[in-house]
Amino acid sequence: MYYYALKMLIGDRAKYIGIIIGLTFASLLITQQSAIFAGIMTRTFSFLTDVGQPDIWVVDPQVQYIDDIKPLQVTEVLRVRGVAGVQWAVPLYKGSLRARMDNGTFQTCVVIGLDDETLIGGPPKMVEGTLADLRRSDGVIVDVVGARGKLARLLPDGTRTPLKVGDTLELNDHRAFVVGLCTVTATFQANPVIYTTYSRATTFAPQERKLLSFVAAKAKAGEDPGTVCERIHRVTGLMAYTPAEFKKLTFIYYLKYTGMPINFLTAVALGFIVGITISGQTFYNFTLDNLRYFGTLKAMGTTNRTLLTMILFQAVIVGSIGYGLGVGLASAWGWLLVGRTQIAFQLPWQLLVITAGAVMFICLSAAALSIRKVMKLEPAVVFRS
Amino acid sequence: MSGSEPSSSGNGRLAVRCKGVTKTFGSGSAAVQALRGVDLEVRTGELLMLVGPSGCGKTTLISVIAGVLRRSAGECTVFDHDYLTMAEQETTRYRGKEIGFVFQAFNLIPTLTAAENVSAPLVINGMKRRDAVEQARDMLRKVGFDDRMMEGSPMDLSGGQQQRVAIARALVHNPSLIVCDEPTSALDSETGHKVMELMRDLGLGKDRALVVVTHDSRIFEFADRIARMEDGRITGIETPHEQPVLT
Repeated sequence: MYYYALKMLIGDRAKYIGIIIGLTFASLLITQQSAIFAGIMTRTFSFLTDVGQPDIWVVDPQVQYIDDIKPLQVTEVLRVRGVAGVQWAVPLYKGSLRARMDNGTFQTCVVIGLDDETLIGGPPKMVEGTLADLRRSDGVIVDVVGARGKLARLLPDGTRTPLKVGDTLELNDHRAFVVGLCTVTATFQANPVIYTTYSRATTFAPQERKLLSFVAAKAKAGEDPGTVCERIHRVTGLMAYTPAEFKKLTFIYYLKYTGMPINFLTAVALGFIVGITISGQTFYNFTLDNLRYFGTLKAMGTTNRTLLTMILFQAVIVGSIGYGLGVGLASAWGWLLVGRTQIAFQLPWQLLVITAGAVMFICLSAAALSIRKVMKLEPAVVFRS
Repeated sequence: MSGSEPSSSGNGRLAVRCKGVTKTFGSGSAAVQALRGVDLEVRTGELLMLVGPSGCGKTTLISVIAGVLRRSAGECTVFDHDYLTMAEQETTRYRGKEIGFVFQAFNLIPTLTAAENVSAPLVINGMKRRDAVEQARDMLRKVGFDDRMMEGSPMDLSGGQQQRVAIARALVHNPSLIVCDEPTSALDSETGHKVMELMRDLGLGKDRALVVVTHDSRIFEFADRIARMEDGRITGIETPHEQPVLT
């Protein structure tokens, strides 16, 4: 009977297309808005994503998220190194400094100071120059998007030229010499990222009593980083997180204290409501239009169970098509814009599962109303002209 | 002849037996008694027509006989099967196997082809679709369809052709009882005659009975017996050759 159910569904072109469009739109909106939200949320901890080597991050216990810098004393590096299970620990500086542009304006940049000896925590990929070039006098490495965009130099004729290796910058009244270009994961504030050594970063930064942002550490082979984190906390009184825990802390902070989730949730809810109203209503109307034929099939000996599976089958078919088209369009949209623009877009498999669940919920809710109607249908209705 | 005793004719096997059948819709002051004690017998090989004014209970009676509506009281058996003693699913399955339906508005599914519409009862009874469609084609050939017409939508067919498809659908699974509700009311006189001829030729057999509800006095001649209904009761049973039942 599935074949007949399919033909009944597809045969009513207008309603079939209406249901598919509604579900596609719902699926597109849910997927696209959730993917943008996921992308933006991923950017909040992009620094952690880029710094791959450490598996332990030690911070002040009051720190609530990655950019909530509460400086430590530099001696904390030595204390962390002294904890059992720690293979190495290095200082890291992260702060926002102002770069003075040629035209006299200022651009806020994220400055990251790496351990002078090991340069651990460097950019994930160099475009020009090497990480070791940071050892050159006043050397800095600039992210290529920032170099081409916000840090681009203004020429006398009014055009802009990208910042390149060999150029100089003025960071907080200090000269910085560009020795390399790199790529980084886009940051939440979309500010240019500048890498330098820890000691140089602390000279660029305004003078404060404490300037150490993080202690980045590595657990010894065979040691569980989580256990070592607990040990560091016990011994030093500082908080130590694995990268996953630190990302989660940051993620939860943004969820809790910014308006982003409610904004995106509203858009997602809108997609859901549109799906329910357009597709649900159209599917229900489709069933109502076919009630006479369902009644005929019922009179001719089709059991309620068979009719139920026929309607569920129809719902699953339109749901699958709408879901596929919506997710496909959202993916195409992301594929077209990511890399060409600064748009944040992340489409993890969990999001696809959630969208599939939402679309199926819409379909099955619509089907439930239809099923109720068909189940309660008296087969004697077929004799009413 | 009054309806106090079940009335039947012919020598066939007893197909339908109703005694004191009542059907009440609603309850309390809103209750409507559609059947008020119907006594009727129909035998195999017989075409019985139920006639009477609108609202007299004809359709309610064939609904009860076909097992699509449960009676309120009385006895009613179809080939010794009493629907009230059967579970709902069992009744549904019995209907699927033993009852064929022809409706006034044809009730053909417009998105299926004529052949697929006719194949539906076979698929409902568990036959594979491919075999069912093949058997449906054979049946459609018997009602005068060619291959091109079989593959078209019923909506592209004339009223008479649609009713032939409906007859093929009612017969394809070889049911023991066929119930028809106003099968000619949407057709012109000539087409109505052809449809009834077809129904008698193909539908009637020594193991099968036909019950036809109609207003259409032009087709009374096709009946073996005519049961006249009024106000929920059978008020008379006659043969078409006796004096006219309706004027």
